[in-house]
Amino acid sequence: MNSQRRNLMKSGGGLTLLTMLTAAGWLQPRAALAADAWNAAAFDTKSMADLMKALGGGIPVQSKDITFFQTPDIAENGAVVPIGVTSAIPKTESIAILIEKNPNMLAAVFDIPPRTDPSVSTRVKMGQSSNIYALVKADGKYYVASKEVKVTLGGCGG
Amino acid sequence: MADPMRIRANVVGDSTEVKVLMSHEMETGQRKDSQGKNIPAWFIQDVTATHNGMTVLSAQWGPAVAKNPFLAFKFKGGAKGEKVQITWTDNRGDKRTDEATIS
Repeated sequence: MNSQRRNLMKSGGGLTLLTMLTAAGWLQPRAALAADAWNAAAFDTKSMADLMKALGGGIPVQSKDITFFQTPDIAENGAVVPIGVTSAIPKTESIAILIEKNPNMLAAVFDIPPRTDPSVSTRVKMGQSSNIYALVKADGKYYVASKEVKVTLGGCGG
Repeated sequence: MADPMRIRANVVGDSTEVKVLMSHEMETGQRKDSQGKNIPAWFIQDVTATHNGMTVLSAQWGPAVAKNPFLAFKFKGGAKGEKVQITWTDNRGDKRTDEATIS
């Protein structure tokens, strides 16, 4: 009887170990998933409506709290257009840069952890003069602001 | 292996300002070579910045980000002498990690 109990405990212990191993095993694919989190569907969209569908959000609200900085009105070279976006909306979770007339609208998405200022800048390519949108996700809601940038020389082949 | 990134991290007030210049072709997949064949897309997809093991920025990029990408952002905290680490992964699975000391 006693030995039976011992066996049971043993198998129980084995089970826990197995669960732990599985848990550890699970951790790895999850970490890999995080690295592969590239949202292909979102980057493939060609219109705002499709993009919002891919991101799972509703129609974004126009906001004056999103501002562009370092962004030119006229870009001489479409291959390198500096874009800076600052969001003054509380609880900003992510900032996305969209270029309306590029082959695919979405250029970049930045996830903003709480410790980071909701302000990023980068450089993008623009095929032609177009509206640029800054799409901000804050507290689960989407906000948008736009700016027109004229391009004198396109940046997408030619 | 790609060339190293140029990273600058400076303390500005109570924040750390990070500026990164990566070295990457960022090929869009839209261009054609002289034979008229499509040049396949090759671009950085994921960028992660960490400070003391905590993520301070993660980004997903499309091919519309310019060649040799530039990135600037700020995060609260960070002291001189601490490290900021940046990792990128491109669509071919290439990876590069570089770190810089905050000054």
